[in-house]
Amino acid sequence: MSRETDEFLIEKGLFLTAISSVIVIALIIIFIFWEGYPAIVNVGFFNFIFGMDWSPSNGLYGVFPMIIGSLAITGLSLLMAVPLGVFCAIFMAEIAPGKMRKILRPTLQTLSGIPSVVYGFFGLIILVPFMRVQFGGTGFSMLTASLILTVMILPIIVSVSEDAIKSVPSEYKEASLALGATHWQTIKNVIFPAAIPGVITSIILGMGRAIGETLAIIMVAGNVVQIPTSILDPVRALTSNIAIEMGYATGTHYNALFATGIVLIFMILILLVIANYFHYKKKVTVGGGYL
Amino acid sequence: MDYRIEVEDLNVYFDELHILKDVSLKIRKNMVTALIGPSGCGKSTFIRTLNRMNDLIDTFRMDGTVLLDRENIYDPKVDVVELRKRVGMVFQKPNPFPKSVFDNVAYGLKVHGETDKDVLNEKVEESLKAAALWDEVKEKLDKSAMGLSGGQQQRLCIARTIAVEPEVILMDEPCSALDPISTTKIEDLIHRLKKDYTIIIVTHNMQQATRVSKHTAFFLHGEIIESGPTDRIFIEPCDKRTEDYITGRFG
Repeated sequence: MSRETDEFLIEKGLFLTAISSVIVIALIIIFIFWEGYPAIVNVGFFNFIFGMDWSPSNGLYGVFPMIIGSLAITGLSLLMAVPLGVFCAIFMAEIAPGKMRKILRPTLQTLSGIPSVVYGFFGLIILVPFMRVQFGGTGFSMLTASLILTVMILPIIVSVSEDAIKSVPSEYKEASLALGATHWQTIKNVIFPAAIPGVITSIILGMGRAIGETLAIIMVAGNVVQIPTSILDPVRALTSNIAIEMGYATGTHYNALFATGIVLIFMILILLVIANYFHYKKKVTVGGGYL
Repeated sequence: MDYRIEVEDLNVYFDELHILKDVSLKIRKNMVTALIGPSGCGKSTFIRTLNRMNDLIDTFRMDGTVLLDRENIYDPKVDVVELRKRVGMVFQKPNPFPKSVFDNVAYGLKVHGETDKDVLNEKVEESLKAAALWDEVKEKLDKSAMGLSGGQQQRLCIARTIAVEPEVILMDEPCSALDPISTTKIEDLIHRLKKDYTIIIVTHNMQQATRVSKHTAFFLHGEIIESGPTDRIFIEPCDKRTEDYITGRFG
């Protein structure tokens, strides 16, 4: 075989492998739209998105409470995980002595390797009874789900933020210390601001995991279709809705679950666009951020 | 003669590596002292000992005494933050913060507790003027410092350093990343600053050492081979190795 045919075959081969993953994703999305579209047409776009009642036996398919449910669970868990994770990352990157870092890092990596059903099981057995005793009610609530999610997304936020903080050039740190700034002033005013684009990336990744999480949430959130009035109310997320009902759904109900999937995809897209906008904007002001 | 810094029998180790060996050097007030010598001879380690930047390295160990205005800077009672305020440093590679020009200069003042807007404005202008940068940046104080040229960035770093009014300025090859025109500007600046500050400059450029400094110390393999008035060192060095180095026979 000549060199040219060799090159040709390798290039085309690589192209095929690259294009095949794109094709698979495209096919899945097409399929979801194909199956979900009839439900949106039957129920009506507006009634579907903003409908307050989800009652398939009565022909009511409104996902609005679940959109709110997903956003609320994700938002609440980010509210807890972001400060915790970012401070933990600062500690690990800047303050922890070498030995402690050697223990902390693998521990966090193990946390991210635990399957979500284990987290859910833990939540069901330990956290739900605890919440029931502490706050009354059933213990199945938005707060319970958010707490579990917080633990689940913490490792991502910590490790990506830590990398971002560590990749800030040491020249900045030295310059600041040489001017007589303390270590904490240096972290606060120089190192952390330069790492913000990377920290935003970590939050985007954590958010992606939180909003897509299903099993652990089903096990502890209570899954009642309602707009929560307090963080102790049970809620149902979009992901949970699909997983809970897919076993027995037929006809429009079956299509409506796929339509729920479409809503989920768009929600994630919108959140990603917003997060990336902030990421980009911050990167510009920082003048070429890190990560 | 008044000495600003007196170093006696300084030994510095990184792990088992013996970097500086029994170094003694006295540095006079309001004068420029140049440190010359081949790469890896310990010049940078030496000046980083003077503002305790080496403390950042875990494996750093030292013995001997380093006196600043007759006070031992390695005394456990010494506040390192306070020391670094008195002994400023300009690095080899210009390293302005990814902040605006103004914030770069105001940074040191702010971390030392200055909040008054008028004082900040005044000090920033004063420092930029002292660093011969004011005319070039006065229109773009709020623009990112990353947009300045390399030479401007280095002068900004000098302005940032003098804003906190140190007594000593350490310069670690401040021109090695700059073009000749920027280098000339920095050298002119050093000439103007020397009446107010004690300046110690590490340089690989012999001409630069003769142009800017009054005193020179020649480092080789972690030892000071010779130190004295720059004129004498360059015209009639006592040691054969100094002569070999300054005439370009090695290094």
